Amino acid sequence: MLTLSAVSARYGSVPAISDVSISVGEGEAVGLLGANGAGKSTTLRAISGLIRATSGSITFLGADLAALPPHKIAELGIAHVPEGRQVFPELTVKENLEVGAYIPSAKAERNRTLELVFGIFPALAERRNQLAGTMSGGEQQMLAVGRGLMLKPRLLMLDEPSLGLAPVVTDATFAKIQEVHAMGTAILLVEQNVSRALGMVQRAYVLESGKVIIQGSSAELANNKQVQAAYLGM
Amino acid sequence: MLATLAQAVVNGLLIGGIYALVSIGVTLIFGVVKIVNFAQGEFVMIGMYISFFLASTFGVDPLLSLLISMPSLFAIGVLLQHFLIRRVLALGDMPQIFLTFALSLLLMNIALLLFTANYRTVQTPYSELTFHIGPVYFAVAKLIAFAIAMLLSALLYLFLHGTDLGKAMRAAAQNREVAMLMGINPDRVFCVAVGVALALAGAAGSLLMPFYPAYPLVGQIFVLMAFVAVVLGTLGNITGALIASLMMGVAESLGVQFVGADSGLIVVFVMLLLTLAFRPNGLFGGWAR
Repeated sequence: MLTLSAVSARYGSVPAISDVSISVGEGEAVGLLGANGAGKSTTLRAISGLIRATSGSITFLGADLAALPPHKIAELGIAHVPEGRQVFPELTVKENLEVGAYIPSAKAERNRTLELVFGIFPALAERRNQLAGTMSGGEQQMLAVGRGLMLKPRLLMLDEPSLGLAPVVTDATFAKIQEVHAMGTAILLVEQNVSRALGMVQRAYVLESGKVIIQGSSAELANNKQVQAAYLGM
Repeated sequence: MLATLAQAVVNGLLIGGIYALVSIGVTLIFGVVKIVNFAQGEFVMIGMYISFFLASTFGVDPLLSLLISMPSLFAIGVLLQHFLIRRVLALGDMPQIFLTFALSLLLMNIALLLFTANYRTVQTPYSELTFHIGPVYFAVAKLIAFAIAMLLSALLYLFLHGTDLGKAMRAAAQNREVAMLMGINPDRVFCVAVGVALALAGAAGSLLMPFYPAYPLVGQIFVLMAFVAVVLGTLGNITGALIASLMMGVAESLGVQFVGADSGLIVVFVMLLLTLAFRPNGLFGGWAR
């Protein structure tokens, strides 16, 4: 469904990722793991068009993403839940979700999707009229994921959903993400928390200094000596 | 004394409604597009001349010519954003300031060339009409202008809070990048924001025409008041700009009444300096709710 072939991108003159080749299949959950600064977020930003790849190709369901602006890429069905939640602080919870369903195909089914999201995240339903900026970090993360779901995505890209959350809140968030995946949405999950990520994805890529250094199924990675030493503290 | 005070407050509130239309436009453009439009006053001037020529040539009442000045200025705003502002958005503050400042000078000088520096006025049946409640007099033309200004402000509020495009505009104002991830096209939202802001300036021009002369530099007075209101009301905050504009209208009017006929602006600028000294972020919070 999503294929990156030898994608390189840079911030100014600093190379951020080089020759990254990854793929996500229909309905699959794939992890993009690695330390801070390894290029995970940059990869997501290149997919959603926030930065331009300097070389390589990115295709999604046959469409070449390289030529498209971010809002057109969203219309193809890619929801990117950015790092640090980034809810619209001065919009209410409900308004945040409504804006999430801005693309025409999502707008047509907005009310139904809203009920679905409220079903997955009951806390959001209770707080629907609250300004998003006044909620706790965990609630904002739920809202950011819910806002992504409002787009009715074929692919949901999540950037560090556990960032800054207490372990118990992280557990709850991951359970919800699993619930979303079970409904058939493909997921590309960026995480520093490797052990937790491997618990929910089928395959993963490990990035280091902007390059894919290891890839394989979750079980393979969990048993990989290098992964164990570098990321799992074994 | 009390009657004089009440009269000054009423006069101030009524003209404050016009200031509000101008300052809401400035704060809307700043909040959404993140650019300071120094030329906003010149669009008031253009609105005035549109109403003046429609009145002098075709006998159209200035209030009716709102229906022409507002759409015309909306279109000018869309073109301004698409062909000029969009090109400097990626650059720093300086090119943006130069662009709108140059535009202001250019429009004033074009107006001088085309229309001369003469004062142009429009006489309507209600231009001199007043009525009074007790000892306080109301000028009918100013009261109509105020009422329509408040109506347009309320409509803007409904647009921003009740429509998808309005919500998308507020979202883009708060986080442009994430708004794009939602499928919002920022260029489109910015064009609408600048268009709406200029339409409000045009409305201010048409509403002024029955009781205020048009001349090429007329916009300078209103943009000055608008900038003070935008700062007092907290940059980007629409409700704040509205309230601050009414306060400034009253402050100016009290200044004229109790300090001296030419001293209205002194009171306004003392308010500005005190605010900047003690509440540098303005009197209100962030982006308007």
